[in-house]
Amino acid sequence: MSELKWKKGVAVAGVGLSKFGAFKEKNSRDLFVEAYQDMINSMQRYNPEKVEAFYLGNFSSDQFEKQAHLAPILASWIGLSPITALRIEDACASSGVALRQAALAIASGQYDVVLVGGVEKMTSLEIAAVTEALATAADTQFEVSAGFTFPGFYAAMATAYMHEFQASREAFYHVSIKNRNNGALNEYAQFGQTIFDIMESKKRRAVQKGLPVPEWKDEIEFLSDPKGNPMVAWPMTLFDCSPVSDGAAVALLVSEEIASSLTDTPIYMIGSGQASDGALPERENLYSIPAAVEASRQAYQMANLTPDDIDVAEVHDCFTIAEIIATEDLGFFERGEGWKAAIEGKTSRDGSRPVNTSGGLKSKGHPVGATGVGQIVEIWKQLNGLAEERQVQGDPKIGLTHNVGGSGQTCVVNIFERRG
Amino acid sequence: MENYSMNSNDFFKALEDGALIGSRCLDCGTMAVPQRQICSKCLSSKSKIVHYSGNGSLSAFTVISVPSMWMSEVGYNGKNPYCVGVVALDEGPKISAQILDMDISMPENIQIGTKLTMTTVSHGEDGNRKIHLAFKPV
Ligand SMILES: [Zn+2]
Repeated sequence: MSELKWKKGVAVAGVGLSKFGAFKEKNSRDLFVEAYQDMINSMQRYNPEKVEAFYLGNFSSDQFEKQAHLAPILASWIGLSPITALRIEDACASSGVALRQAALAIASGQYDVVLVGGVEKMTSLEIAAVTEALATAADTQFEVSAGFTFPGFYAAMATAYMHEFQASREAFYHVSIKNRNNGALNEYAQFGQTIFDIMESKKRRAVQKGLPVPEWKDEIEFLSDPKGNPMVAWPMTLFDCSPVSDGAAVALLVSEEIASSLTDTPIYMIGSGQASDGALPERENLYSIPAAVEASRQAYQMANLTPDDIDVAEVHDCFTIAEIIATEDLGFFERGEGWKAAIEGKTSRDGSRPVNTSGGLKSKGHPVGATGVGQIVEIWKQLNGLAEERQVQGDPKIGLTHNVGGSGQTCVVNIFERRG
Repeated sequence: MENYSMNSNDFFKALEDGALIGSRCLDCGTMAVPQRQICSKCLSSKSKIVHYSGNGSLSAFTVISVPSMWMSEVGYNGKNPYCVGVVALDEGPKISAQILDMDISMPENIQIGTKLTMTTVSHGEDGNRKIHLAFKPV
């Protein structure tokens, strides 16, 4: 199999993020420059003249900003013309795929230093138009035409999951609460408020307005109340969904042997896999994502590791159900056990299997083209002990990223290791 | 009976005639919906158009309160949500479709496994009218 054919080792020498959020005054290029500067600050000995190519993950600047052909513009904006610059589109997995392709280019011997970026500027469109733009990542002829939306796809997977494993909606709320708690500790995150904060502020607002004060006794009661948490696509509510976001992420990939010449804090890419799938109805069952199972199989095989070896993971929680399914597809929990693990707190920062310490897509934000590289930023921080208040204890050495495009038509899984 | 081609648009032409078509691999018998030239199981290029019975059961569903733009243009919204789902046809393969005549005010009572039969629904007007596959309880 192809996963054992890498001729050279690959390292992540530096990483950077823009703040994620909704920024009227910033366009793709501005977000990207912000993330690039953040990356320069993450490295001790960065030299831009060494960069040989620029791989950009971007879903749809054509739809969001009426700007196609974005890669050479961004390369120019950071002074790197005339290096090779190209854009990769695989929906929400665009930059996870771009990073893997850059790694393959280094592993082949073609390059030693490749800059990988991801960017999406989404808030320039009205919400209905954003929904419409995102829907083009699905099969427009046979799925979107049936009335499906993106929350709808994951909601349908949620009904299949709940039916198969007698899971409760409460499990979804636990994912939401955990990821908002993590994101509240991440200065780059779109949302700084925990679910508890939001609940309390709604109560205070009711008092100020002289309205009856809702009697939510905890976050679960708040999230279960459609007045606090409206339905989007049953059973997915507002707080089950990731937001519409602007943001950028950058990573510098280098051949293993030159990593220490650029930085004191490299991490090494020791496993990688990617797989594809057809539309949702083509799956044998609707409570797992086969492309994620296959991509992780490839990555574990290449790294010669098992799921139990992963210390920390960033998974694609575009919806809360997606995180639960991901933790099963990746082998962290048995099939049908992921929802119980979420309720038991196993995936929290101090749990046995920390997932989405960054806050995940749900809380950090989901500028779709930036998400895949954004996940690597958190793993780099966790493995280097630089995640501040979010730092997972126990000296994590192995981290995994899981980045999904569409409702599972693309999945890329990468595994990273800190040495020494 | 009309002759339909493997061209994906013919799926909707058949719907206009009230037919749910797909394909069957002549080498291994695998059924597909919509129709496709190349078998996803044995990769044979020999397949023929078949007509489905239109009967099936609900595999997964959702009730959408925040609709896509085109569904909102035909009148769906938070106060008037709609059900879509994945339907397993009696012949085997699954397909996405709008699900009609469900009690969408109580989505928790909608049962996976509910027996369904096909119908069609037209959205849009005049030149923009488009036919869609739908199912309703038997
Ligand atoms: Zn066949």
